[in-house]
Amino acid sequence: MGAPIPQQPGIFVGLIAIARRDLLLAWKRPGDVLNPLFFFAMVCTLFPLAVGPSAEQLTFSGPGVLWVAALLSTLLSLNGLFMSDHEDGSLDQLLVSPQPLPVLVLGKTIAHWIISGLPLVLISPLLAMTYRMPADVMGVLMLTLLLGTVCLSLLGSIGAALTVGLHRGTALLSLLILPLAMPVLLLGANTVSLAAGNEVYATGIWALGAYAVAALSLAPYATAAALRISNE
Amino acid sequence: MTAKLSANDLTLIRGESCLFQGLGFALNPGELLLLEGQNGSGKTSLMRAIAGMLSLESGEILWNDIPVDEQRQEFHGALVWLAHRTGLKGDLTLVENLHFEAALRPQANVDFEAVCERLGIARLRSLPLRSLSAGQQRRVALARMLLADVPLWLMDEPFTNLDREGRALIMRLTEEHLANGGMCIMAAHQDVEIDSTVTRVSL
Repeated sequence: MGAPIPQQPGIFVGLIAIARRDLLLAWKRPGDVLNPLFFFAMVCTLFPLAVGPSAEQLTFSGPGVLWVAALLSTLLSLNGLFMSDHEDGSLDQLLVSPQPLPVLVLGKTIAHWIISGLPLVLISPLLAMTYRMPADVMGVLMLTLLLGTVCLSLLGSIGAALTVGLHRGTALLSLLILPLAMPVLLLGANTVSLAAGNEVYATGIWALGAYAVAALSLAPYATAAALRISNE
Repeated sequence: MTAKLSANDLTLIRGESCLFQGLGFALNPGELLLLEGQNGSGKTSLMRAIAGMLSLESGEILWNDIPVDEQRQEFHGALVWLAHRTGLKGDLTLVENLHFEAALRPQANVDFEAVCERLGIARLRSLPLRSLSAGQQRRVALARMLLADVPLWLMDEPFTNLDREGRALIMRLTEEHLANGGMCIMAAHQDVEIDSTVTRVSL
């Protein structure tokens, strides 16, 4: 019979390895993880204090405030996505790694989402209570944030890759990402508003899901290309 | 007989200045390519260009007679780059750092313990890397290079921060690697006393 086929390492070897490394790093430096989360919690709790406790007003503005805070907090966390790798030279090592760069980038983005997106989704019901949001609407909020933060992490990785060589690239990063992030914000906030008004909201969820799938399939390639360009 | 790794007519322009023009070399198993030149003469840039991180103005680099641009993944699988910055994570321990590197190259078959022992870093294994001295970190980067188990070594100023013993160690490791049919491209200021075929490229 023919020679045994050599065991080829799977394509996800690099993805798992780098996601594990980044999660381990985040575990050792919890401050980096908690900062954006605190920001999210602060904006969401300060807003009702500033506008007053009128129930009608809070129910009306809740979805919008929660979503804007989630968007800004994600933008805040994106700056560090490739920053430390760039500074200590491990980004260079990733660029010459035997694993495909888009897969490595996807691994890093997944880790970033687990660190910054997922906690945000998990604490959102707690903050939604401040806005007198009913439990079923909270479910919709969590679902939209779940899909939305996936989109934002993926889209943001492109911006983070483009601005990695720049010092204080946060403003530029936000500027680059905002046009792409705008549909996510509109879909997310409006879907939650519709759900709160007892109207049909499923379309928004589907659209967000489609956006997330598109971002998942395209963003890693764009990010990999952007990293190669900005690292020349 | 054509060379394993060859380059011809390389030209690199950075900003306003032309770093090198019409540069070529050939490298076969068991040979060392030594890049010489003053600071800022383009040694690191040439190395980055070989690794595919800089686009050249002209010229091409061939690995097994095929342009590396057409087989980037295979070529990267055959090389390891010891850069000026170690590319290791200061917050992680030595073992965590090296396990990550090993996970990226699952087919490499090297005894982890033996490598650490050989480089004199075995007793540092559970310390976070940022608590080690620059020279010790350098040794960890060397360990990564050995663990990669690949034919082509790119070494950019490998002697930085190392003591006399460490320098001798690099010479020994390189000699061994070359004797086993490996290849090495090294940028160095110091005199390199290595017993093998050495091609010198002046930049």
